[in-house]
Amino acid sequence: MIFKATRLAAAAALLSASALGVSAQGFTPENPECIAPANPGGGWDFTCRQVGKSLQDLGLLDKTVQVVNLAGGGGGVAYAEVVNKRNDDNNLIVAASAATATRLAQGAYPGNTMDQVRWLASIGADYGVIAVAKDSEIADLPALLDMIKSDPTSISVAGGSAVGGWDHLKVLIAANAHGIDDVRSVKYIAFDGGGEAVTQLLAGSVQAFTGDISEAKGFVDSGDIRVIAVLAPERLDGEFAAFPTAREQGVDVIGANWRGFYAPGGMSDEAYDAWVAKIADLYASPEWKEIMAANGLAPLDLQGDAFQTFVAESVAQIQAISREIGIIK
Amino acid sequence: MDTLASLADGFAIALTWQNILLALLGCFLGTIMGALPGLGPSNGVAILIPLAFTLGLGATPSLILLTSVYYGAMYGGRISSILLNIPGDEPAMMTCLDGHPMARKGMAGQALSLSGIASFVGAFFATWGLIFLAPQLVKIALLFGPAEYFALFALAFMTLGGVSSTNQAKSAFAAALGLGLAMVGVDTQTGVPRFTFGEVHLYDGLDFLVAIVGLFALSEVFIFLEKRHGEADASAPVKIGRLTPPMKMLKDTAPTMARSTVLGFLAGVLPGAGASLGSFISYSLEKRLVDKDGKTFGKGDPRGVAAPEAGNNAAAGGALVPMLALGVPGSGTTAVLLAVLLALNITPGPLLFTQNPDVVWGLIAALFIANFMLLAMNIPMVGLFTRVLMVPPRILMPVVAMVSFVGIYGISGSSFDLVVMIGFGVMGWVLRKLDVPLVPIILGTLLGNSMENNLRRAITIDNGDWWTLIDSPLSIGLWLFATIGFILPLIVGRKVKSKMHERRDEEGSISD
Repeated sequence: MIFKATRLAAAAALLSASALGVSAQGFTPENPECIAPANPGGGWDFTCRQVGKSLQDLGLLDKTVQVVNLAGGGGGVAYAEVVNKRNDDNNLIVAASAATATRLAQGAYPGNTMDQVRWLASIGADYGVIAVAKDSEIADLPALLDMIKSDPTSISVAGGSAVGGWDHLKVLIAANAHGIDDVRSVKYIAFDGGGEAVTQLLAGSVQAFTGDISEAKGFVDSGDIRVIAVLAPERLDGEFAAFPTAREQGVDVIGANWRGFYAPGGMSDEAYDAWVAKIADLYASPEWKEIMAANGLAPLDLQGDAFQTFVAESVAQIQAISREIGIIK
Repeated sequence: MDTLASLADGFAIALTWQNILLALLGCFLGTIMGALPGLGPSNGVAILIPLAFTLGLGATPSLILLTSVYYGAMYGGRISSILLNIPGDEPAMMTCLDGHPMARKGMAGQALSLSGIASFVGAFFATWGLIFLAPQLVKIALLFGPAEYFALFALAFMTLGGVSSTNQAKSAFAAALGLGLAMVGVDTQTGVPRFTFGEVHLYDGLDFLVAIVGLFALSEVFIFLEKRHGEADASAPVKIGRLTPPMKMLKDTAPTMARSTVLGFLAGVLPGAGASLGSFISYSLEKRLVDKDGKTFGKGDPRGVAAPEAGNNAAAGGALVPMLALGVPGSGTTAVLLAVLLALNITPGPLLFTQNPDVVWGLIAALFIANFMLLAMNIPMVGLFTRVLMVPPRILMPVVAMVSFVGIYGISGSSFDLVVMIGFGVMGWVLRKLDVPLVPIILGTLLGNSMENNLRRAITIDNGDWWTLIDSPLSIGLWLFATIGFILPLIVGRKVKSKMHERRDEEGSISD
């Protein structure tokens, strides 16, 4: 009898456990697929591959996430593909970043807007920095912005993104926050990637650099450049703790190059919730914290509706500043 | 000593089973591609790019594979030059002049092995040159601001049409066409789309990998389709004969190899000169030095085989110096390799040695390994490669077409790119008919944006002052050099070129 009861209890426990599992999952993607809207090797590709691999390693998915590279139009080709052809695919997620939001805000994906897809979750952020050469006279961010204010032609700021891109906008948002009304006068020189921009800072061709922490880290370590502001809400952890934030210097600006995912607009609520839950579980895992540390990603923990709101806000902000500098009308 | 320690690290990276196998595969495929008439190092590398990406290789393994192909093709080009009197690739053109007469005399095996050794010597010492010169160039590179870069790009374009092209105007046309194609896409300095016609696929500009595969590989297929039963079908096998050169021949050619290596390396380091120039200069100088009356050269003189082969392989190593250290390719093939680096998200240039030391030193170590493999492969196994030449194009060309399509679709997953590739293939076919060189188009497409952007950066930094372009001794020097490089071939080149032409007409060989 006792024996039987134990067995029953065990069976009940097992049943309830599996029932719990079902209610938590609700939906299991059959052929999970992640579109990286760029060629292999870049940030979006990393996002897809690393998250896909980690989801499987942690047992959150029992199938391998197939990564598809769909390059073109700075992510626009993939966006159009998802909106036009894969709108109700429950198995699909797409890598995105601040660059996606910037291009959506500026209408650089012809005919597409941010509300055509469902925004899933973020997996971290790369905070922006503003740096100068090690022997520069410029002491801090207000000093730099004051110089731009009094004579915009005296300071050239170099960055790795195109004009109107995220590296450019960060400086403009900072300038705007410091009371420079005509942000168009700020001289921004676009280079092909952060590395090239930093080289020109070292060569003395330009006076300041705007980019991400991960781009600047090598040169900060070697002592060649000095970070005068990090555009994070508060000081970062570990070796980055020495960098002053823009906010503590009286320039209220946050510039995060977030990384995350969106899903097709017609994805069912059940599938959407399941994907959000999976990415949230991934984000909470110690394994993911290690990956973030290894790749210079700072925390940005937003899922579901919170993430949707965050993207909407940043699109609106970028739209406003882009209109001001005349990139969009 | 630091250099040697870094090199040892490089060997540690390169000497994994995967990398050794990749190097072996690259050497083998490269030699075959070099040996196949028409398929030179640039198309060889271009065809294998998709393979490297589809295999999901990391940066270092991809580069090891592709540079092995590059070195392999430089070795392989001589095989068909010697056996068939058809240059396997452009730099091997000069090897025809004495190699084929040697083969006719029944010394094909000796010619092949001697040229193999000459190739080894050239490539081996050029790799040492790469080790010691590249870090020096890196130090100079910090002197390069946007204005200096613009002058450097101008230099590359102005010397491009130089000695190794037959028609200055056609080179200029090709370069202009390339520059025009580079304008397609979103302009990074203003964020405005240009020539995109609202087509989102064009916002990123034309993918130069697509352009390269279309221009080189597909146009090759079209030319085959047109000719159907091409010459390669009809060629009868040549007797190979003894496979090792006598010691005396090696001794006689040693000074030749030494001189040609130095010359070839320097030609390779200069942006836009490249391997063809290296082999041509080596051959013509050697001829002037040791055969003043023109008695033996052109009639099967071993020195006439050793000189161009040492020269073109040394140039291949030399061309890697500006590509790695400055991000400026020294030859057509390094232009393709540059595209690969960019696609792998590695920015070649002054920071490459500090940012990606594993990539650089792993690559250099792999070059040494590839070199020894190629020497081993090219002497005893030369018979095997000669057999590949007997593969009829009707089998070969469909394979080329298939690799191109599958590969390009594999990279981007977009059928739009396939259409663009076919467009480039047709364009390449038409341009070949018109005898317009294809390499300047690739250089134009690749470097056009950088050239334009650096001009605009320089002007913007100096608030619209055009004099900034000649504001430093370095840029003045580069402009002088560019001007001389542009004008000199117009005067001297006429003489030199008429000689090249003479030779070519006499031998009746093709050169593309």
